[in-house]
Amino acid sequence: MKPGQITGKCLRGKESMVTGELQKSKGGAGFRGMPGRAGNTAAAFADQKKAKRKKVGEMIPRVIFLICGLLAVTFVLAISVYLIISGIPAIHEIGLVKFLFGTKWASTAANPSFGILPFILTSVYGTAGAVVIGVPIGLMTAVYLAKMAPTKPAAVIRTAVQLLAGIPSVVYGLVGMIILVPGIQNLFHLSSGATLLAAIIVLAIMILPSIINVSVTALEAVPKEYEEASIALGATDVETYLKVSVKAARSGIASSIVLGVGRAIGEAMAIIMVSGNVANMPGLLKSVRFMTTAIASEMSYAAVGSLQRNALFSIGLVLFVFIMLINGVLNTLIKGRSSGENES
Amino acid sequence: MKVLLHICAAITVALLIFLLGYIFYRGIPNLTIPLLTTESSYLKNTIGILPNILNTLYIIIVTMVIVLPISVGAAIYLTEYASNKKLVSIIEFATEILTGIPSIIFGLVGMLLFTQLMGLQQGILAGGLTLVMMVLPTIVRTTQESLKTVPRSYREGAFALGAGKWYTIRTVVLPNAMDGIVTGCILAIGRIVGESAALLFTAGFGLVLNNFWHALTSSSATLTVALYVYASERGETDVAFAIAVVLIIITLLINFLADFAGRKLKTEK
Repeated sequence: MKPGQITGKCLRGKESMVTGELQKSKGGAGFRGMPGRAGNTAAAFADQKKAKRKKVGEMIPRVIFLICGLLAVTFVLAISVYLIISGIPAIHEIGLVKFLFGTKWASTAANPSFGILPFILTSVYGTAGAVVIGVPIGLMTAVYLAKMAPTKPAAVIRTAVQLLAGIPSVVYGLVGMIILVPGIQNLFHLSSGATLLAAIIVLAIMILPSIINVSVTALEAVPKEYEEASIALGATDVETYLKVSVKAARSGIASSIVLGVGRAIGEAMAIIMVSGNVANMPGLLKSVRFMTTAIASEMSYAAVGSLQRNALFSIGLVLFVFIMLINGVLNTLIKGRSSGENES
Repeated sequence: MKVLLHICAAITVALLIFLLGYIFYRGIPNLTIPLLTTESSYLKNTIGILPNILNTLYIIIVTMVIVLPISVGAAIYLTEYASNKKLVSIIEFATEILTGIPSIIFGLVGMLLFTQLMGLQQGILAGGLTLVMMVLPTIVRTTQESLKTVPRSYREGAFALGAGKWYTIRTVVLPNAMDGIVTGCILAIGRIVGESAALLFTAGFGLVLNNFWHALTSSSATLTVALYVYASERGETDVAFAIAVVLIIITLLINFLADFAGRKLKTEK
């Protein structure tokens, strides 16, 4: 496999070199014809004009497509700038420490207080819980899917994963609300089953597809020789898959987990329906409110320009910072992986 | 250990079967013709989801009309034109960031940008513009991938025959990358149909039947938002399950279409 890849690369490199030279000589020929020969100046002039028109005709699509490409950058900049501009005032007014580490959120009380530590901790705990449940199941499924499954079951599992990824989050929320919430209520004899536990279970299911998909890709990229060597040394196939393949694909698996974390921390609509939406400090069997659900639930009635509304933007900003950190980790993981592969 | 692997794979499949089975079991009995063909009325105390079905359709149209040229253009720039490596990596980095941003943040920024700053009313237009930012990376990525699979020799052949770059792209490269663009569109439509958090404050909660032009600037709930409203604010779980069935059917259809387009892409190349 390796030598084939290399020759492919070389060929492609050569191809581009050849085309580059062709283009160069094409440009050169046009200019070389012009100087000196007095009789040909008129013709050359016309040619030049034609070339110029053609060049302008080529420039227009180029510029248009460049603008399209830059729009993506503009969107990112607009999102960051607007979140910062609208998130800073409330933080400034409340005080950064009081805002981030205050434990009481009472935005509509007569003497309002805006501490979002409960939201941050809930988001962190909820995501951690989802990872603890979702990663083992997702990873095991990925190993089975990538290494052991016969064609037919593999096709079934692949379709199932694809469909799980496609189900809208409100549908997860609805099923969780109707099945999980009463179930937890009866199981633990609570007054309401809308708890952090319900949200964790829903999130765990929702991050499964991302974990499985990315892990499967990473596991399938593990060179066969590694596994063959391990089996030749007397390991069973399951041992090989779990100890050799998973280890070789660890950076890909790590990025699948980080991706899952990103999905879980940003999810709003599914968990707003199952988590009870009360600004408690988090507890497994308490009604809680996440960063995302705090925004979703209060934004519709917060008056424009009020401190409450501005504080919601600040929560958005904090969430954005979290997401950026997660993206940063993901990027370094992916970069580390590609450079690691080049070395080996 | 082997058993455990089997069990986990089985759990994944069982989850899906259970979810689909339960939703169909609860939803199909409530999926009546009047529900699908009328609008909700407080006077007659009836509930209908026709407005929400139409709103979903409207928002797909608005978003796709805007996002398709932009994202295909961006992909063409990245694969065909760009010579500046730094610029390419900046644009690609930006699309990666856009993929990672959660939808509630898009909702917040969409509300700030389109309803507050640009003065649009809550409605399909503001919602659609918000979704444009969200689904842009999806189409850019699939288009880029399929542009890359168009053999270099095709382009060289066209250049050798004297065709200009834009002419080559228009007549040779794009037609050969069509399947990838179609797949991207299908995936994007899937995301639009399933989206809710980004639309809460941009497209709004309105459950009234509007025509297309009116809906652009009046609060209009799509199917997902309507599901949320009926389930958690009005306590109408039967209606919510009926909507869930409609959503699941659309999801199944989209998955099937995307699969079909993807397979066609593979066999033709």
